Amino acid sequence: MTDTVVSVTTKKDWSTDQEVRWCPGCGDYGILLAVQTLMPELGLKPENTVFVSGIGCSSRFPYYMETYGIHGIHGRAPAIATGVAVARPDLDVWVVTGDGDALSIGGNHLIHALRRNVNLTILLFNNRIYGLTKGQYSPTSELGKVTKSTPMGSIDHPFSPLALALGAEAGFVARTHDLDRKHMMETLRAAHAHRGTSFVEILQNCNVFNEGAYDELTGRKARGEMMIDLRHGESIVFGENGHAGVVMGADGHLRIVEVADVGLEAILKHDAHRADPSLAFALARLSADDLAASSQRWTPTPFGVFRDVDRPEYGAMLGAQLARASAKMGRGDLAGLLRSAGTWQIT
Amino acid sequence: MTDTAERKSAPETLSRVVVRFAGDSGDGMQLVGDRFTSASAMFGNDLSTFPDYPAEIRAPAGTVNGVSSFQVQISDHDITTPGDAPSVLIAMNPAALKADLGRLEQGGLLIVNRDAFGERDLAKVGYVTNPLDDDTLANYRVVEVPMTSLTVQAATELGVKPRDAERSKNFFALGMISWLFSRPREFTLDWIAARFADELVRASNAAAFNAGYHFGETTELFDHPFQVESAHMPAGEYTNITGNVALAWGLVAAGQLANLPVFLGSYPITPASDILHELSKAKHFGVRTVQAEDEIAAAGMALGAAFAGHLGVTTTSGPGLALKSETISLGVSLELPMIIVDVQRGGPSTGLPTKTEAADLNIAMFGRHGEAPLPIVAAYSPSHCFHAAIEAARIALKYRTPVILLSDGYIANGSEPWLLPDVDSLPDISVPFQTEMNHVAPDGTDEYWPYLRDPETLARPWAIPGTPGLMHRIGGLEKEDGSGDINYTPANHDKMTHLRANKIAGIARDIPAAQVVGDADAAVCILGWGSTWAAIFAAVQRIRSRGEKVAWVHLTNLNPLPANLGELLRGFDTVLVPELNLGQLCRIVRSEYLIDAQSVSKVQGLPFTSAELEHAVSGAAKGVQQ
Repeated sequence: MTDTVVSVTTKKDWSTDQEVRWCPGCGDYGILLAVQTLMPELGLKPENTVFVSGIGCSSRFPYYMETYGIHGIHGRAPAIATGVAVARPDLDVWVVTGDGDALSIGGNHLIHALRRNVNLTILLFNNRIYGLTKGQYSPTSELGKVTKSTPMGSIDHPFSPLALALGAEAGFVARTHDLDRKHMMETLRAAHAHRGTSFVEILQNCNVFNEGAYDELTGRKARGEMMIDLRHGESIVFGENGHAGVVMGADGHLRIVEVADVGLEAILKHDAHRADPSLAFALARLSADDLAASSQRWTPTPFGVFRDVDRPEYGAMLGAQLARASAKMGRGDLAGLLRSAGTWQIT
Repeated sequence: MTDTAERKSAPETLSRVVVRFAGDSGDGMQLVGDRFTSASAMFGNDLSTFPDYPAEIRAPAGTVNGVSSFQVQISDHDITTPGDAPSVLIAMNPAALKADLGRLEQGGLLIVNRDAFGERDLAKVGYVTNPLDDDTLANYRVVEVPMTSLTVQAATELGVKPRDAERSKNFFALGMISWLFSRPREFTLDWIAARFADELVRASNAAAFNAGYHFGETTELFDHPFQVESAHMPAGEYTNITGNVALAWGLVAAGQLANLPVFLGSYPITPASDILHELSKAKHFGVRTVQAEDEIAAAGMALGAAFAGHLGVTTTSGPGLALKSETISLGVSLELPMIIVDVQRGGPSTGLPTKTEAADLNIAMFGRHGEAPLPIVAAYSPSHCFHAAIEAARIALKYRTPVILLSDGYIANGSEPWLLPDVDSLPDISVPFQTEMNHVAPDGTDEYWPYLRDPETLARPWAIPGTPGLMHRIGGLEKEDGSGDINYTPANHDKMTHLRANKIAGIARDIPAAQVVGDADAAVCILGWGSTWAAIFAAVQRIRSRGEKVAWVHLTNLNPLPANLGELLRGFDTVLVPELNLGQLCRIVRSEYLIDAQSVSKVQGLPFTSAELEHAVSGAAKGVQQ
């Protein structure tokens, strides 16, 4: 047995010579750094990697990755990436999108990519605002949000990207945020390892149009009591010394309790591999109503891998059908095809 | 020979005949029309078909809206159209009679299913009195046959329930017509045996077919059968082909000839869906098909596959082309090869989804934002769809551009005998991928410039993922000439806009020159494109057989136009442009060449008849004489 020769790359090999054009202080810088740092670790080759994006601030991402890349059109990245990945199962295909791109104009492509389960890793940068068009509300903006297009406050009910992805039966669903590179890399590593469509929501700060959107959730002071770190196989506890936890009530609702009040055995154990997505959905909904409300009453919110289950991957199934067809009918013969509906001779 | 046949007189030989089967949507008229066509093709006739059916899968039974018809012309000589007026009409019910009687030629043979002419059936379509009993049909030779009851009688003997047996009445009609036109019976019986898995259905259809055949043979209703001799067509091996199947096979062929896997992203839409169906069966050719969530995704997937090094294709009809517009514009900007097939139908909007029209030339030409020119290829007949698909792929690959391939509902569903090409004679359309660096940076390092163009074709290199060292990013933002880096400067955008336009315009050097068919010294020249070819062909034949002169130019490349076209057209007093739209090519030709081309327009969801075009040409010729 010989050792597999892994091409050794460094972060620098994954960076382009293009000037990064995000606003100074944008959360996207942190995500770019995490991804460029992760790539060499994963042992990937730049030439076998493709980044596909739509339109929006986040969608400039491919220009900064020294890989193959397409900066596509608004909302269509999952469709374009599906073409790349179905045509070429040998490639590592990543989609970078935002809350407007993926959930508004591209909502249809997103849910169908998740349902179809093509081998893609989708990174959704959620900053709850339209940045590139200079500050209109997005499908994840809270009710009452005052923006240029909602001077009296938004009356448009937002949805949770994770709940949407789980509703579309995505096999891999996770959440991380732009301020914690370690958590980002850990989450992206798991997303990449998953075969099929992986969906990662990355909470990202837009310091120009939605500054501090997540401060009370992911800020260094808030983090400890507000972020629930989901770990497969472990009890869902959080806070200093794990004093708080998540339980399921008799009514089926998830609630946050003091562990001391109920005992550790009453706390839910996180099972990312559960076939039934309803518990993952409930976790995704745990703070969604609070996030959506105009009061922005922040409550503890889960992070990490919500769901990681194996489902048949589309490209592999299509490849198997192609192989089966060739085995059964032989490799395609053009002259034979033209005669397949019956012919007659004229002499 | 049976003794009953001996009682009949010998078949009368006709040089051509036009038969139209008309019934309810659920009566199976398309099926029997198709079987009669196949039997005639096997017999060696030349033929042309025209399926004409409603948008509703099952419109209310017995109504005029629900009538589904299939017209076929068979002949002993070269023909291109399904015939202007049927000489034989089979009407399965009063609705079919009402819908199609006006098409039947005066004195034509009308065969009706008498069982379907009850009071309620008549009332449904507004017949106050029974047309079989009044003088409505005085100008036709009418044969009334109780098709339903005779079918039921034949099939119930085999244990088929009467309700099920009734459904075989289309095969009774097919049997009668097969006898009437001396078609060999075994061919159809073999097909029935192979087609229907359910034993009772198989037996019922075969019994009905035989009963119809014998009915023709034994009754006194018909004096004698007819015969259409086989046509003197060029020797070789033939198959009967519809445009959609030919187009799908053309795409398979294009993949083989380009040595690239074919990738189809498609969303079902009438009348293009059969291309998706056909390509989905070609998996042993490595053809990947994805039924996308919508038209936009279908185009996006095809473009993504093209980036990855496949022959990316998306197929649709007008409404879908509108949805794909933004993606096609991205394709123009990315300069990637891609084929967009538009099987045109009546519009705007949902329009006439099952009827033909050729009114998408404008959207194909101009239906994108910004300056976004692309090549357009138009197929002109069912079998030409095969070659048009290869030509579209050739241009797309060589020039790294999206190409729109126009077909229409008429040739998509219509069929004709096709002399099979020798596959070894088909052109090699392969293009090399870029595998090496192509530029040296100022500091002396080698680099890859994705927009460094071939000086002759102006095509950019095509480096696909997986190629070491040639990683690059492309997008919809304006790119710097050469390096492909984002560049918004005024001079660069001006240069890139012109480069993209010049690249497409330059394809004129790489397509066949326009050719005149007929009389180069005629006063009137017909300028056609697409499926009008069939009716123009027949009209030109008839005009010239009368000793009159007419010229004809038919275009398959609509953008760019052949380089010699302007000069050619200026040589005629009158240029007539028949189109199934309100003059879209005519307007292009007028603006392009400043000639006074005249539009001949038809937008009824139907193809031109050759008589209509003959009339238009005579009118124009008279105008010239005056």
